[in-house]
Amino acid sequence: MSILGNSVVRREDPALLRGEGTFIDGMEIEGALHATFVRSTIAHARISSIEVRQALELDGVVDVVTAADIDLPDLSPESPIMNAAMGRPLLARDTVRFVGEPVAVVLTEERYHGPDAAELVIVDYEPLAPVVDPLSALAADAPLLFPAAGSNVGMEIDARSMQADFSGCDVVVRKRIRNQRVAPAPIEPRVAAAWWEGEGEQSRLVLYLACQGVHPIQAKLMEVYGLPADRVRVVCPDVGGSFGAKAGTYPEWVLLGALSRRVGRPVRWTETRTENLTAMGHGRGQVQDITIGGTRDGRVTAYRLEVVQDAGAYPAIGALLPWMTRSMVTGVYDIPNAEFSARSVVTNTTPVVAYRGAGRPEAAAAIERAMDLFATEIGMDPAEVRRRNFIPADAFPYTNAAGTTYDCGAYEKALDLALEAAGYEELRAEQERRRQAGDTRALGIGLATYVEITAFGGGGEFGSCELRPDGSVLVKTGSNPYGQGHHTVWSQLVSARLGIPMEKIEVVHGDTDLIPSSSITGGSRSVQLAGTAVWDAAGRLVDLARQRAADHLEAAIEDIVFDQSLGRFYVAGTPAVDVTWAELGAAADGTGNPLVGLANFSAPGATFPFGAHVAVVEVDTETGSVELSRLIAVDDAGTILNPLLAEGQVHGGLAQGAAQALLEEVRYDADGNPLTSNFADYGVISACELPMFERIPMETPTPVNPLGAKGIGESGTIGATPAVQNAVIDAVAHLGVDHIDPPLTPERVWRALQARSTDPPSP
Amino acid sequence: MIPAPFEYLRAGSAEEAISLLAEHGDDAKVLAGGHSLLPLMKLRLATPGVLIDIGELRELSYIRDGGDHVAIGALTCHRDLERSELLQHEVPLLSFTAHLVGDPQVRNRGTIGGSLAHADPASDLPAAVLGLGGTLVVTGREGSRHLAADKFFTGFLESALAPDELLTEIRVPKTGDAGWSYQKFNRRAQDWAIVAVAAVTGPQPRVALVNMGPTPMRAAATEAALVSGASAAEAAELAADGTEPPTDINATPDYREHLARVLTRRALAEAGVA
Repeated sequence: MSILGNSVVRREDPALLRGEGTFIDGMEIEGALHATFVRSTIAHARISSIEVRQALELDGVVDVVTAADIDLPDLSPESPIMNAAMGRPLLARDTVRFVGEPVAVVLTEERYHGPDAAELVIVDYEPLAPVVDPLSALAADAPLLFPAAGSNVGMEIDARSMQADFSGCDVVVRKRIRNQRVAPAPIEPRVAAAWWEGEGEQSRLVLYLACQGVHPIQAKLMEVYGLPADRVRVVCPDVGGSFGAKAGTYPEWVLLGALSRRVGRPVRWTETRTENLTAMGHGRGQVQDITIGGTRDGRVTAYRLEVVQDAGAYPAIGALLPWMTRSMVTGVYDIPNAEFSARSVVTNTTPVVAYRGAGRPEAAAAIERAMDLFATEIGMDPAEVRRRNFIPADAFPYTNAAGTTYDCGAYEKALDLALEAAGYEELRAEQERRRQAGDTRALGIGLATYVEITAFGGGGEFGSCELRPDGSVLVKTGSNPYGQGHHTVWSQLVSARLGIPMEKIEVVHGDTDLIPSSSITGGSRSVQLAGTAVWDAAGRLVDLARQRAADHLEAAIEDIVFDQSLGRFYVAGTPAVDVTWAELGAAADGTGNPLVGLANFSAPGATFPFGAHVAVVEVDTETGSVELSRLIAVDDAGTILNPLLAEGQVHGGLAQGAAQALLEEVRYDADGNPLTSNFADYGVISACELPMFERIPMETPTPVNPLGAKGIGESGTIGATPAVQNAVIDAVAHLGVDHIDPPLTPERVWRALQARSTDPPSP
Repeated sequence: MIPAPFEYLRAGSAEEAISLLAEHGDDAKVLAGGHSLLPLMKLRLATPGVLIDIGELRELSYIRDGGDHVAIGALTCHRDLERSELLQHEVPLLSFTAHLVGDPQVRNRGTIGGSLAHADPASDLPAAVLGLGGTLVVTGREGSRHLAADKFFTGFLESALAPDELLTEIRVPKTGDAGWSYQKFNRRAQDWAIVAVAAVTGPQPRVALVNMGPTPMRAAATEAALVSGASAAEAAELAADGTEPPTDINATPDYREHLARVLTRRALAEAGVA
């Protein structure tokens, strides 16, 4: 029996649980200075002067650095489709554009001296009018963050390529909804350390960085510092979470090398939680205008989504997310007549980056809300409306209105499984009973049927398997984990292919000196691409070993049999005479010719995990308080290699998805001051607010990779948010509420109820 | 998240703590469990020059039967209040309320004296002690004085403690057969209350409110209405009278007023007031 498909416990955990992980903040770095950033306290202002003298005089302060001291180019926008005039200086030069933007850096011998010194750097600001709300950024008289750019639009997708015609619809429903800005909030904040090895022309920049992939960062450093690859090393040891926000490039990371070069000592930096919540990128942040039309018998025939994406002060990955939203715009429904347009606008707020789901939760939230609004309008059960519009299971591969081709799917089956597990009919009956009785604990049932895209954007992943003299295997992977459990699953894959036990398999990642190539671990791509690369590399190792075994056993290669169950090779017909992996490894020792299987895997296309989530809530109609009482999830990510790890991914995703629906929101006041800059004010969800999750397994293998695997890392956040939101609105629908923007806080729910009870009843 | 520089002193006895307080005056803060003070210091919202740590004074951690009341040492942690059989039996409102403070880590470190001396109107225990009609024993160089909880909370994060006084004991009357309720409304289990209501029945029913003004406060109009024979529902409608609820990230004042009325009605119902 294969080890694949088994709930193998994480190999990573014993060291992490014993405090033996390698996190950068805990590393001993001899002679390192501590960097503390002086950050803007004003959302939008001209800098008239920076006075550093007092800070320099404080004991333990080695240097204070401002933009004038840094000879490095600005960070250009991450993509050529963004407005090129919106580049980001590493330290604010003449203008600050959000509270938290780095203005200066203090280098101190002791970490605790940093904030004291930073307080003594006196920055004089001339305030400028701020732009806080993304819609106001589009106003004709809006202040411009980058006057040279000519507008606040950093990226635009016009509607010309995708237009919908609503002329034949019996019913058309329109609604403006918000997909609020949230904070990724990993437990480990951003952390890095940099130093230079060697002297002069040969010196090499070393950056230890908690990130999502070392080679993309190496490439950025090569570009900014003008160095060849052999003079930039990036290492990523253990990472305490990221959720997308440690992808991309931050000025703080790039600066550390320049600071180290300036003082001739290593420089390290660990941000505080307040910095993490105000200066690390945020997620989501879309205003969506949805229009949905169709027939009274429940067929949706036209759909339009117009997006204003809040990009924050400098366009980063977040400014590109509308492209992901566009690709999945019609979700699981067969709506060829669909329209999409988007504008990403800059505002005087923290830049928006990728956050778990990155553009796909926004698409799912819009279409799932739209389906419910449409169902309400025609008076049909939301499950039935979905059923009447699903892409049928025999229509794959299916190309949607945006030109995205889905690999496979069985959407109605997923919904059936979820509804059956939920006891949907009984829940509806109980809901009706409570409504008739005027119960103030209203029951709500919310659905979300979703499809998302994983392993998109092309590009391959590297993997290698080297047989060592003792018969153990060294696996190198390009994919950089930050909590997912790559070492466990990659070991399972190699063990299954080679017949070598997991404990004799070592996996390494995250060092440009050790690994030839890697891309960002994101978009739920790792198992499908990097896992397949390791699988293929192990297969290549078997092929190479077969030749060595033939030499060893003095037989023709065609006659060599590989016995995977025992990890040995023998000549066909004489199984008693064999050679083992350990013997082959020992034989290769010292020959300078080790056995190494190498692979790069690229898939012919993306994969499209799908599923159905059902949320059950109880809403206290007197206070607006919501209790999430059940969350039932069917998530089909193709073949599952390790159900335990897959379940962990789904649980985390469901929690974060429910949190976006009920609790989390990054908020600013009208002047652009952050109101949610610590964990007392920013409502990360905890186990107490969550029910036991009910997961229903379903596996539809994809044809696009040999493992049959699709991504599972983000699906929880994609289905759960609209399911929970729809449930709350469903609970109070009989009281006249048709929509509430997330997060559905008690006060928001109460206000929605108040507004309805004072309005005249709708006709 | 790194506090401003401060001097750290550890008191070996209550007398030493009081004399250190007298020496350093307004510049000093007493450190007990630290669960209110240290976060404020890390955010640099509080920058005391001197911290006087009383955490070693185990003699201030006790729960004793005082006859008509239960006497609680100021350094008693919430977890001990929660688990005390004496309190569960004689003043169940207090042990129940302690169970709702923060999370287990907070309850194992935070102290009742620290919570009351911090005088946060959003905290649970100040309003619970006010609702119970408790008495606070504060000790200075000249000896101790007793202050009714009604006189102790003087303003936002301000109490009647003099700079050289230490809160040493809290006395809460036994509630006997009286009905009681504590209704806490928050978004997450570990959060401060958006609004909470403590109610104790009896000939002089007491109702105290959390987060409805600069201090923990009594719902005076509700109490008066109950005494003059109003129904619980009628009395609850008056719960927000005379309050000045704050605006913050979780709620606006009119929503808090609404919650005060709803929660008071529920508290009175649970406490058995018809």
